[in-house]
Amino acid sequence: MSAARPIFPFTHRHLLGIANLSEHDIAFLLDKADEAVHISRQRHKKTSTLKGLTQINLFFEPSTRTQSSFELAGKRLGADVMNMSVASSSVSKGETLVDTAMTLNAMRPDILVVRHGSAGAAALLAQKVACSVINAGDGAHEHPTQALLDALTIRRARGRIARLVVTICGDILHSRVARSNILLLNAMGARVRVVAPATLLPTGIERMGVEVFDRLEDGLADADVVMMLRLQRERMAGAFVPSVREYFQRFGLDARRLKAAKPDALVMHPGPMNRGVEIASEVADGPSSVIEEQVEMGVAVRMAVMEALALPQNAEATP
Amino acid sequence: MSHPPLVIRNARIVDPSRDIDETGTIVIRNGRIEAAGADATNQGAPEGAEIVDADGLLAIPGLVDTRVFIGQPGAEHRETIASASRAAAAGGVTSLVMMPDTHPVIDDVALVEFVRKTARDEAIVNIHPAAALTRGLEGREMSELGLLAEAGAVAFTEGRRTIADTLVMRRAMTYARQLGALVACETQDRHLAAGGVMNEGLFASWLGLPGIPQEAEIIPLERDLRLAALTGVNYHAAKISVGESAELVRAAKRRGLPVSCGVSINHLALNENDIGEYRTFFKMSPPLRAEEERQAMVKALEQGIIDVVVSSHDPQDVDTKRLPFSDAADGAAGLETLLAAALRLYHGDQVSLMRLVDALATRPAKIFGLDAGTLAPGALADIVLVDPDEPWIVSEDDLVSLSKNTAFERARMQGRVRRTYVRGREVFAAG
Repeated sequence: MSAARPIFPFTHRHLLGIANLSEHDIAFLLDKADEAVHISRQRHKKTSTLKGLTQINLFFEPSTRTQSSFELAGKRLGADVMNMSVASSSVSKGETLVDTAMTLNAMRPDILVVRHGSAGAAALLAQKVACSVINAGDGAHEHPTQALLDALTIRRARGRIARLVVTICGDILHSRVARSNILLLNAMGARVRVVAPATLLPTGIERMGVEVFDRLEDGLADADVVMMLRLQRERMAGAFVPSVREYFQRFGLDARRLKAAKPDALVMHPGPMNRGVEIASEVADGPSSVIEEQVEMGVAVRMAVMEALALPQNAEATP
Repeated sequence: MSHPPLVIRNARIVDPSRDIDETGTIVIRNGRIEAAGADATNQGAPEGAEIVDADGLLAIPGLVDTRVFIGQPGAEHRETIASASRAAAAGGVTSLVMMPDTHPVIDDVALVEFVRKTARDEAIVNIHPAAALTRGLEGREMSELGLLAEAGAVAFTEGRRTIADTLVMRRAMTYARQLGALVACETQDRHLAAGGVMNEGLFASWLGLPGIPQEAEIIPLERDLRLAALTGVNYHAAKISVGESAELVRAAKRRGLPVSCGVSINHLALNENDIGEYRTFFKMSPPLRAEEERQAMVKALEQGIIDVVVSSHDPQDVDTKRLPFSDAADGAAGLETLLAAALRLYHGDQVSLMRLVDALATRPAKIFGLDAGTLAPGALADIVLVDPDEPWIVSEDDLVSLSKNTAFERARMQGRVRRTYVRGREVFAAG
């Protein structure tokens, strides 16, 4: 956000969103994640970086992938990891959030990983607890570790992020993944495009640092990276788009459409995929797909983030 | 009233009802104003009068706040009629119109009587109930408007809601017209605004919060103004928030319709950016809008298109505000900061003092038919003495209201209430 930030090592106490990170912060985390990939590919994967520290994964929305990725990342760093899944009734979920946070805080964790259905939930929690908070997705706001793992995947495949053309396609309106990626990719100098039905674009999208395309073919032209987003089932049946069939026809990625992109374009998806809705199996399982790499990079990026937040200088740092 | 007469000397008297702005004296006897102005200075004090030297302070009619939400009955931990009246007195508000959004809803004669009785016994300012336009504020069946008016309801409103069914609205307006009653409504299309929690725009998009477009206010307002023309009812658009709404009201007035409108102090003083990182004290309905709309509101107030400024005082507690933004309740406490926040517009040379006092006291009293808002001889002696320049910083610790959800926490203010009189009796004096 601020223009000139001194090139110091990472000094954040929480990771609430990409919006709070500078280009240097992002590069620092990606470099650290590269090291973590190396560790994870060894037979003995366990380090003692976070030994003695307690990590709590607090998930108000179910997410097998993200939660297990954070769990594994913490364990590889030697932390004691506890998972808490809170079934959120719509009436009491707000109370549950702050009250649960206070209860957990009393157990003196060092890292709290939070997933919640409301935008701003992680920031609210960070105000109430004494430990580091990692936002693992808050409503339609941000999902910073997803954007970091996407960036790591791209950087490892292409050697850089700057000047690459990245096309994000799908439900931008409700997507925290899209917001975090738009912020991160812009910070790192990529050219970001979005393609979506107009009903699934947020107001002011043209002022969010992206180029908007109405047709997938146009948005894909000469793209280096294609990110497909998941379309939630409840949004398919007439409210935002008329039908699954029509959506796939206009915005689904198949092999024929992918030809518009660069021959070596990367195809990405944050998962879980709806095959035949936003992406055809031939593409998801095809040679361009780096969807499995994304999962591997997810563990590495989360290791890097937790390690960075646990650096001694960050105990008293501001978010 | 067995109070001795009261004489306030050496005050700068601003009384929009007589277009007076002059240094003078106010003479009060039996709870009513006997004289107020420069010419009263030479009258001499009545026998046994208490003399107050205002020392150049501003003396204005007590404020008339026509949109106040109170937790009694049903949520007395947030605010009671008594606590709201103390907050009002501290803010220079001597008359307030209480909204029917309570539990139970004020849609019944017995509840109007309950409010009036509680106010008479426990409140230190004048409290007037507004009653629900439809039973239970459900937007389906008309309340007993005639009986409610007779019991003392000063206006009819749907509170925080907008009647969705146009035919129900038309009939309620037609019926109210025959009673000569005022219909005061907020307008928000609940389908268009569905799920929205702040102003629609780039800021909401980055926060990942669903937005409420301006059109959600404008479309039902346009409908209501057309129905006002059709039915001839006295219609008051209670809380507009965008420039285009003001334009619609201006056009309706030009056509000679008996319509008026109000704006909350929040929409004159704040904008959507104040929400910052999900600060729920800035969540309100209508939502805080973009800065250009705030400026449009100030201009419309200055031009008199907007008749009335309200606090829209809406006490909320941690149980309704200490939540993720989407789940938090709307509303901000405002009785105690209304005048000071309004004076910013005076100090900033955006709205004249005369127009401000008019919008805060004289016009609302006229529109709602209240015996208030003037310092003319014979009027009830509801008076506020104000130091228009005194600097102070808002702190929730100093608030009298039971709820501390002020949108002005730590804000710097210029201008403070020194004393408040209701019917000649001092109900507040700054420490």
